[in-house]
Amino acid sequence: MTVFIKLFAGFRENRFKVAKREILENSTIADVLEQLGITEPELGVAMIDGRHVTVDQVLYTGVTVSLFPKVGGG
Amino acid sequence: MNKILRINMSELTFKIETAPEQWAGLGGRGLTSTIVAAEVPPRCHPLGPNNKLVFAPGLLTGTPAAQSGRLSAGAKSPLTGTIKESNAGGTAAQQLARMGIKAIIIEGTPTEDKWYRLHITLDGVSFEPADDLVGKQNFAVIDRMVNAFGPKIGVLSIGVPGELRMAAANISVKDPDQKIRSHGRGGLGAVMGSKKIKCITIDDTGAGKVPIADPDKFRAAAKIFAKSLLDHPVSGEGLPIYGTNILINILNEAGGLPTKNFRYGQCDHHEKISGETMHETIVSRGGKHKHGCHAGCIIQCSQVYVDGTGAYITSGFEYETIWGLGANAMIEDLDDIARCDNLMDDIGIDSIEGAVLLATAMEAGVIPWGDGKECQRVLRDEIGKGTPLGRILGNGTGSVGRAYGLVRVPVVKNQGIPAYDPRSVKGIGITYATSTMGADHTAGYTIATNILKVGGYVDPLTKDGQVELSRNLQIATAAVDSTGMCVFIAFPALDIPESFTALIDLLNATYGINLTADDVTELGKTILKVEHDFNTAAGFSSADDRLPEFFNYEPIPPHNAVWDFTDEEIDEFWNF
Repeated sequence: MTVFIKLFAGFRENRFKVAKREILENSTIADVLEQLGITEPELGVAMIDGRHVTVDQVLYTGVTVSLFPKVGGG
Repeated sequence: MNKILRINMSELTFKIETAPEQWAGLGGRGLTSTIVAAEVPPRCHPLGPNNKLVFAPGLLTGTPAAQSGRLSAGAKSPLTGTIKESNAGGTAAQQLARMGIKAIIIEGTPTEDKWYRLHITLDGVSFEPADDLVGKQNFAVIDRMVNAFGPKIGVLSIGVPGELRMAAANISVKDPDQKIRSHGRGGLGAVMGSKKIKCITIDDTGAGKVPIADPDKFRAAAKIFAKSLLDHPVSGEGLPIYGTNILINILNEAGGLPTKNFRYGQCDHHEKISGETMHETIVSRGGKHKHGCHAGCIIQCSQVYVDGTGAYITSGFEYETIWGLGANAMIEDLDDIARCDNLMDDIGIDSIEGAVLLATAMEAGVIPWGDGKECQRVLRDEIGKGTPLGRILGNGTGSVGRAYGLVRVPVVKNQGIPAYDPRSVKGIGITYATSTMGADHTAGYTIATNILKVGGYVDPLTKDGQVELSRNLQIATAAVDSTGMCVFIAFPALDIPESFTALIDLLNATYGINLTADDVTELGKTILKVEHDFNTAAGFSSADDRLPEFFNYEPIPPHNAVWDFTDEEIDEFWNF
């Protein structure tokens, strides 16, 4: 199935900003992280279509996954 | 540090008093709010002779503890009509602390129409004529003072909008690079202008070190504290690389980035104004992406933003300013936004209120949407010169809304709502509604937990847990604002237990006392209640703890969220 992946801050280094990816059915955020070479402790926030999710969240076709390292401001 | 410098502008006299016993455990916001509540009649006119302008370094300011160089300014606010505390970096806080000055209380107004520069030394205050500074903006004032007294002189100043007592006027504080940090929110520059003080210069010649009761314990705690700041990914890595503007893309993804005067929660040109783009631009042009607002800052969230030739445009270029001009006012060019930021520093208006009022002026049809060049002209030639239009704008977002008959006017207690939409980030809406300061994100920064997953996680789109989250953060922030610490120490303090313990140890080692975590919480609660009682006596009630009505009936895309708290749910905040 097809999903859209958006990376932010340091996750973009040697990767990409936005990409369309084919992934296996029932893949989770953790599976996507593994494919991208990002470890779970590096992850700050994962969102699917603008809603916060945990790494065990299963993806559906057509969703947008946004991944952020641990950053913040104020 | 137990001297109170009391300056009377009606008589042009000063007294050095010993701080009363009940102020011993207070600094920063805790002290400014306690003094304002004790000495300012709540119903007084904020620009009249009975208001007082109070400055206080924090309890740890002037010590070697990292991040401790913040100065609090307090008064009754001409923007909100409430009590106000606004804190800033710069050099003045540490100078005052080393001079043993716990607070400056400025009272009265001159009877003659003359402007003054207050010159503060270890001997006291001299009242110098400031006729040659009147009409000048902040950078020119700072240049003159540096030329006259050398680069180490401390400077607090106001620009023309402050002289003209506009409610968006701020107080500028010279930073270690001769640039500007600001007591931004709440119009305190207008209070300084009402007292005919153009500028305060601080010469700390002869000042010693801040005494520390237990140096060994202090050193040990300072080391743990600094390590926690560097270990936490937000304060140790995210903020120094990207600055606060990293939030543009996060809030955009979460649907909480108010766009086109709070119509939408996402902005099509978010990437152009993002922290990632800003970082690349600064690095490629040879600016500085790391920079501190005061000596002893190790987070270095500030930056020096330069143009294509490497020439300085602005520093301390914050997310809220970039959001307000970039997404909310639809300006796409980061250079135009940076020039507006620099102009707001120069003329001396709050860069949050300034950005929000410019978007409101666009709503009114006064400025075309997204016109960054026209915004620069309006800031420089209208607000900066005090034309009739400039005064309508310079009195803040609420003033623009009233003058032009607008409904979508984002204010709480007449203070412009900053960079996080309360419909799609509901915790921050509770903070805007209930803060004693009017709409103020820093008062209880629920974004940490709602969006960044720092200090746990509370879903931003549901009502559950938001009141408790905002309450706990507002209590903790009131206490932190009393230490002189930068609010960003909250990131490690929320996640790393030793960090908060070390902060308490720093206080105990400095003063030779035995505070516990519960004592610190009680301090925060007491400060909030003192401020709330002042506001109640000034005529405010729970009916003022509300967001503008349009948030109830205008759903914000993409989540189509509305503000759906009942009055009773909001009022539960004060049940502590």
